[in-house]
Amino acid sequence: MAVAYELRCRECGKTYGNTPLSICEDCFSPLEVQCDLEAARGRFTREAIARGPSSMWRYQSLLPVPEDYVPATPAGWTPLLQAPRLGRRIGANNLFIKNDAVCLPTLSFKDRVVSVALANAQIFGFDTVGCSSTGNLANAVAAQAARLGLKAYILVPADLEPAKILNTQVYGAKLVRIDGNYDHVNRLCSQIAERFNWGFVNVNLRPYYAEGSKTVGFEIAEQLGWRLPDNVVVPMAGGSLITKIRKAFKELIELGLVKEKEVRFFGAQATGCSPISTAVKAGTEAIEPQRPSTIARSLAIGNPADGPYAARCIRESGGWAEDVSDVEIVSAIQELAETEGVFTETAGGVTTAVTARLYAHGRIKPDELTVACITGNGLKTTDALAGAYETEQAIRPRLTDFEAYLEELDGDKGDRERDRVLVGGANVR
Amino acid sequence: MSVKVVLPNAFQKHTDGAREIESKAHNLPELIVDIETTFPALKPHLRDEQGQVRRFINFYVNDEDIRFLGNEKYAFQDGDEVLVIPSIAGGSCSCCSYCGQEDCVCY
Repeated sequence: MAVAYELRCRECGKTYGNTPLSICEDCFSPLEVQCDLEAARGRFTREAIARGPSSMWRYQSLLPVPEDYVPATPAGWTPLLQAPRLGRRIGANNLFIKNDAVCLPTLSFKDRVVSVALANAQIFGFDTVGCSSTGNLANAVAAQAARLGLKAYILVPADLEPAKILNTQVYGAKLVRIDGNYDHVNRLCSQIAERFNWGFVNVNLRPYYAEGSKTVGFEIAEQLGWRLPDNVVVPMAGGSLITKIRKAFKELIELGLVKEKEVRFFGAQATGCSPISTAVKAGTEAIEPQRPSTIARSLAIGNPADGPYAARCIRESGGWAEDVSDVEIVSAIQELAETEGVFTETAGGVTTAVTARLYAHGRIKPDELTVACITGNGLKTTDALAGAYETEQAIRPRLTDFEAYLEELDGDKGDRERDRVLVGGANVR
Repeated sequence: MSVKVVLPNAFQKHTDGAREIESKAHNLPELIVDIETTFPALKPHLRDEQGQVRRFINFYVNDEDIRFLGNEKYAFQDGDEVLVIPSIAGGSCSCCSYCGQEDCVCY
């Protein structure tokens, strides 16, 4: 390959160099970035990565940006947490959480893809960028466009959560609410991108954007001590992330950074929008579009563009896909927060609930090393928990009132007596 | 009776730059044949080796995905606007990013 990376048609193999284009002119299939792994072989080593920044840009030599690119935003490099308490509840002995609820700068994994997309928007000379979004992408594009001094137009479904709307507007982006669902918004963006000379991160910049998702896979492997897990559980909206984590693992194997291993991939969806899990369960890659109806709005894509690839990825790896109800999603958000101190948005509730079910059904064995990918922060979808907790009545600032309150709370005075602090042997009241 | 058909930029290389046509097709199968007859150069690109319309090409009628309207059974109404839009995916899976083969033998 003459260049370090270039666009290539997924279906017919035609190459295009580097240009803002996402559809093959010959067979109208999606284009993908192909990195020259041979060229990266000398630079993409464990040692070189360890010397890199504490961000996703430590993997820069396998991302589609020029060698001398200086990133403006340190996204990624989020914690990989052991999850023993959640594990005990759901019968898992070796469970990890990849916590992109704290991905910077806007608290979702979309910060990764946008970093790569906007780098390329600048390289291609766009002064205006945009996206269709279910919320997290909107926040990420708005924030990073502000940082790079680019104008941003963000198109969202009109019923989006208020927090995600505010978290887009605050960065000065032009937010356009569309009277329709995400699939309507996405279709309109395809038309806009043909009419205006703008860089749409998930339309004409999509091949570059999608490569940013690989960094989730790179980080999981590095944080596990350069080894691959047995299983990965990934939420699915458009279906891109799950395929890119697999691509990342394959690239690491190819470059000798990890031992070869067949990782099983498990996809998670909400039952109210489950076109990919429905296809996986039916044993097909043909995606039947659905009209979404779920509180997990960040996953509410009824016609997922990467659906066929996601279904294939799952089937080939020996994994499975599941979908869960809105009630289960809310319970799982609470369970993850109560057990591991991680507050995730509805998509993370989907992942957690599906993970629990996969253990319950025996599709994942208790001792297998399993990573569940949490992709967004609970502060963005607090409305999902509306009514879950009563507003407590205020009490007077007096110790006696507090004790009376505790007694009323659980009526167990004996425990409370024992809980009192003993100082110098005296019971201090 | 006729419908307005809006074609994507990706088609223009094979349509001499035409972006729109009027069609008298009554349903989707007739429309595809009509498009192919109007633009013979487009035909080999529109269908795969088995003669099926490529799976990444979507059809919308008045903003709605035609698959929600009955797909091939949907009878076009006079004045319908039909949008042809390819899916925009960026996925990768079975194809090896190193050798580019579906059945990779690199490792």
